Amino acid sequence: MRSARDSKAKGRGIRQSMSDLHTWAGLLAGWILYAMFLTGTVSYFKDETSQWMRPEQAQQRDMPDAALVAQRVVETLGKIAAGSTQWSFALPDERTSVIDSFWRTPGASKGKRAFESARFDPVTGERTTARETLGGEFFYRFHFQFYYMPVLWGRWLAGLCAMFMLVAIVSGVITHKKIFVDFFTFRWGKGQRSWLDAHNALSVFGLPFHAMITYTGLVTLMAMYMPWGAQTAFRTPAERAAMTSQLSAFIQPRESSGQNAPLAPVDAMVREAQARWGRDKVGRVTITNPGDSTARVAVSRGEASRVSMSPQYMLFDGVTGKLIEVKDSVGGAAETRGVLYALHLGRFSDMQLRWLYFIVSLAGTAMVGTGLVMWTVKRRQKLADPARPYVGFWLVERLNIASIAGLSIAMTSFLWGNRLLPLGIAARDDAEVNVFFAMWGATLLYAFVRPARRAWIELLWLATAMLAFVPALNALTTNRPLWRSIAQGDWVFAGFDLMMWAFALLHAALAIRVTRHRPRTKPVGKRIAARAVMPEREKESA
Amino acid sequence: MSALVRHGPLVSRIVAAIFGGYALAALASVAALALPMSKPQAVLTGMLVSFVVYVCAVIWVFAVRSARRAWSGLAFIAVPLLMAAWTVWPGGHVS
Repeated sequence: MRSARDSKAKGRGIRQSMSDLHTWAGLLAGWILYAMFLTGTVSYFKDETSQWMRPEQAQQRDMPDAALVAQRVVETLGKIAAGSTQWSFALPDERTSVIDSFWRTPGASKGKRAFESARFDPVTGERTTARETLGGEFFYRFHFQFYYMPVLWGRWLAGLCAMFMLVAIVSGVITHKKIFVDFFTFRWGKGQRSWLDAHNALSVFGLPFHAMITYTGLVTLMAMYMPWGAQTAFRTPAERAAMTSQLSAFIQPRESSGQNAPLAPVDAMVREAQARWGRDKVGRVTITNPGDSTARVAVSRGEASRVSMSPQYMLFDGVTGKLIEVKDSVGGAAETRGVLYALHLGRFSDMQLRWLYFIVSLAGTAMVGTGLVMWTVKRRQKLADPARPYVGFWLVERLNIASIAGLSIAMTSFLWGNRLLPLGIAARDDAEVNVFFAMWGATLLYAFVRPARRAWIELLWLATAMLAFVPALNALTTNRPLWRSIAQGDWVFAGFDLMMWAFALLHAALAIRVTRHRPRTKPVGKRIAARAVMPEREKESA
Repeated sequence: MSALVRHGPLVSRIVAAIFGGYALAALASVAALALPMSKPQAVLTGMLVSFVVYVCAVIWVFAVRSARRAWSGLAFIAVPLLMAAWTVWPGGHVS
């Protein structure tokens, strides 16, 4: 960047080049980035979303004892996953009331699924009877690997978009010379100028966060994006294993001996871990070669109690139950990576910090959204005939509508699907996802056929109505309506319902602003309509 | 044909930014192996740094006067990185 500044006086001006770079990098990746940002933002409440989407799973009033839960789950796995070489399950914490577990499919050959998964009830240790749903996990997975495409492709696409984002951030900062002064400047009601100010305010307000979240997003998958160093340095499986142990507590199965040996009590091992880290600070149990004389049990530390994702675990002999190794530190670079990773996920956050994450991340979403809309606002004034824009303008405008207003509708439809799809149908979890994409596709078609301004208004109102109706839908289809949740102090359910209304208000405000806005035929005169307060995707017009 | 002449430099810059930038970042991540630290830590350091290199490369490519300069700048940085990477390349060094 220093070298970039050196060439300042030359050519057509660095600021202009950077502005163009910012515009085009932002636009090309913008629609995907908006979706990544919004689904990523709601993922800060992934566990709460999952709870709401499994209403059959009772509210967890007290944290169950991790040691007892672990032992129950191990007994269940012994029945349903016998012969598997690897079991793994997360223990419940304050935010999750079900146990996600997966295991290597016994005798899985090529072409078969290598892992199976199930969710267990911590109280019984048996499979939960709650409805089949991906829950908040869907939004979380979607935000870095999308859907309907191979996971690897999705992750590469997400990485490419994240790189575009990082370039857009840096070039945006260079473009914006008075970044500090302009933060305190907001020119109301000046059309494009106000859009720019809103975009700037949202960007600058969250700049450290936006830069951090984009870079750390790349860090979470860096071994995939930049494998060359590892490929050059490591020649043997042992070297690769040494590297993996710097990154993950997920121990790999060794060659089994074939000699049967019963698994030692896992609750005793979890107790040792509790003594070390605290009663509710145990995160995950991974068992390799259970039932074999080479069994190993790794009990790892939870993610909530420290700002790092680097592995910390206690390794036990699965037959004698003796502690073999305590892994509590990794190298400097690995720890740096662990901290960056944790900063991205924010799982260490308490409630207040989690809300801050959510709000700043929402500002980031709005930054992308206002940027996308600004591209059209800026160019509309120069259109020869606003009723007949050139095809690029037309396409950007319609894609903006579908990716911004349409995504809200699609995400809300996912919740509707969760409440309305019959409980007994096969692959119900996939059906919910299909509802999401079907509705998203429908909004795109709608945006293509309606006049742009009408499409904005109508889709924003539809999103408002659908969001506002979610608590009613919940009250009608479950026995956990809002009033009961509040009376019982169930703030996950009550909070979720109330947030739906908050989002409905936001969308209504946007819809009203678009309705009130009168597009100017000439760039003169002041309109009150530009009095932007929030994300403001509104002032779109045909 | 005239479109190619007109857009050639821009296309060249885009290729330099996306692929040249990635190549430089990848090279930097390998060159990091020459750092005086254990192999896993050097590998991870290289990965962490590579994205910063990538971004700087892209900014450079679009900041300079011409596409030719953009490429030569990337090449200029690549030389010391290549030398560092050479020392750690399997079979690349004498020892």
